[in-house]
Amino acid sequence: MNRSDYWKENLRLVAILLAIWFAVSFLFGIILVDTLNVIRVGGVGLGFWFAQQGSIYTFLVLIFVYTKKMNALDRKYDVHEDK
Amino acid sequence: MELTTLTYLFVGTTFALYIGIAIWARASTTSEFYVAGKGIHPVANGMATAADWMSAASFISMAGLIAFNGYGASVFLMGWTGGYVLLALLLAPYLRKFGKFTVPEFIGERYYSRTARIVAVICLILASITYVIGQMKGIGVAFSRFLETDYDTGLYIGMGIVFIYSVLGGMKGITYTQIAQYCVLIFAYTVPAVFISLNITGNPIPQLGILSTMADGNTYMMDKLNLVVSELGFNEYTTQVMGSKLNMFAYTLTLMIGTAGLPHVIIRFFTVPKVKDARATAGWALVFIAILYTTAPAVGSMARLNLMNTIQTGPVGEVTANIEYEKRPQWFKNWESTGLLKFEDKNGDGRIQYYNDKNKDFAAKAESFGWKGNEMVKVDRDIMVLANPEIANLPNWVIALVVAGGLAAALSTAAGLLLAIASSISHDLLKGIFRPDISEREELMAGRIAMAGAIAMAGYFGLHPPDFAAGTVAIAFGLAASSIFPALMMGIFNKKVNRTGAVAGMITGISITMLYVFQHKGIMFIPGTSFLGDMSPNWFFGISPNAFGCVGALANFAVAIGVSKMTAPVPDHIQHLVEDIRVPAGAGAASDH
Repeated sequence: MNRSDYWKENLRLVAILLAIWFAVSFLFGIILVDTLNVIRVGGVGLGFWFAQQGSIYTFLVLIFVYTKKMNALDRKYDVHEDK
Repeated sequence: MELTTLTYLFVGTTFALYIGIAIWARASTTSEFYVAGKGIHPVANGMATAADWMSAASFISMAGLIAFNGYGASVFLMGWTGGYVLLALLLAPYLRKFGKFTVPEFIGERYYSRTARIVAVICLILASITYVIGQMKGIGVAFSRFLETDYDTGLYIGMGIVFIYSVLGGMKGITYTQIAQYCVLIFAYTVPAVFISLNITGNPIPQLGILSTMADGNTYMMDKLNLVVSELGFNEYTTQVMGSKLNMFAYTLTLMIGTAGLPHVIIRFFTVPKVKDARATAGWALVFIAILYTTAPAVGSMARLNLMNTIQTGPVGEVTANIEYEKRPQWFKNWESTGLLKFEDKNGDGRIQYYNDKNKDFAAKAESFGWKGNEMVKVDRDIMVLANPEIANLPNWVIALVVAGGLAAALSTAAGLLLAIASSISHDLLKGIFRPDISEREELMAGRIAMAGAIAMAGYFGLHPPDFAAGTVAIAFGLAASSIFPALMMGIFNKKVNRTGAVAGMITGISITMLYVFQHKGIMFIPGTSFLGDMSPNWFFGISPNAFGCVGALANFAVAIGVSKMTAPVPDHIQHLVEDIRVPAGAGAASDH
């Protein structure tokens, strides 16, 4: 249980979350937009929906997941601020 | 009540509120002036950050760009929200742990170099001033409409108000005022959106309205919009791209990393009590931002639909289906008087033809109708949000509210930016480098003088803005993306980057971006001095100047890492500093040296 393990776990978490960040915006919203637009969400294509709505909702979830997981990680390695 | 009376009432009341709060919370010490002490709750701080962040570009300009660029304008939606993920995951908690006041202060200490600090100050000022120019454009539009004057006069009045307002306050005043401004602006943005969504689709939630059918239940609203615009030769709304896919990718990435590199946003994370709160603040800020950003696509698409239907009232080609100029609605006349909307009766039939005359196939067809070119010769994108409630025939109080909201958005951001400029000049340059013995009073005074200078400069450029408000702001993001963000990120995540590398990287990044912008938009944005012309065939791989910041950022990373490998390694005590900011334990309050 040391600081370098804490840092590695942090980096792994950040990498996973950033992969999702990239997928919902750049991948679904831009690169694959035409393919995804075949699937319809109400009156718009799924790719369009991700570009103008879905990516934003996902970003929100990502930050709150990060906050929760990091606060837990701080306690696990005992590097939190409340000591 | 009359619209003008109502507008004065709304704008007057909200301004009295902001100024009242600013006086009540007036900053008396330098630490209050810069970071509002440390006692601000993450939710409150998130709300203030959202107001700080959402500027004239978001409020006034963005939905207008969405209205005319459709899917292509997604770059603004994703870019200006996705940056918060980067900010929360890569920068905010660490900068809070570091515990100083300004971004250049961090760069100066991490790279153990006064040169690095000065370079950071210069980058910061370039990005911030460009950003304020964008705000000034928005403020000019709002005031010209509100006071029924031309754009230039609106701009001068706006400059005066920004001056009084931000020079007085400082950060503590700004934080509380911004909470009030957030409430005003979000109310002003969502109320007309709900009304219009209800009118058009029967669904009161704008986010669902864009997915729904028209109120008559037959066609989907977006299909209808696609049809209406393509019948007049415009690109199909839901599929039109901005430049190319590659340009959209670069544009989005630039706005995202620019968000995470803009000093007035980062400064927010110095003001929370704990590292834990810095993480949460980014999340809350995005909640409050997302309310506006997920509504904007509805505002844009529905405004476009209403605009088209106002002018083209029946089947394309029928003579009586185009509205007579003499019978044009009141909002049309109002905006004509600002000079931001212009009509020219090219075929002399007294009716308005609004279509895409650059589309060759359709232009030929239009000629057979006796149309001689698009007669809406100027439709400034930045008027759409303000005109939207008028176009939709909403009650006067809604229109007045939107004007008050637009001003709230522009003022809150301008104040935050001016503060970042002031602190970097008075705190980083004067106190940090040239006159360490300066008294608090003198430092505050220097900060206020710097603000006044920045307002004058931004106002001057605001007379000839390089782009629409949102486009100008995008350039500012490019500058921040290419200089500040890489230096901050490497400062935390790469212990090996040394002072020579960081300085070389920042200079390379911002120079590449700035030269690219200047060669297409004019040197210092002065019209007529661009030596390559602002058009897509001259763009590098079709990447527009507004989207070029990410290329500068890549160059910054590459140069910084390369140069660091060839020069003296980072001293031990700095490596320890980096290790220390990576863990939250032991974070004190933001401290002054």
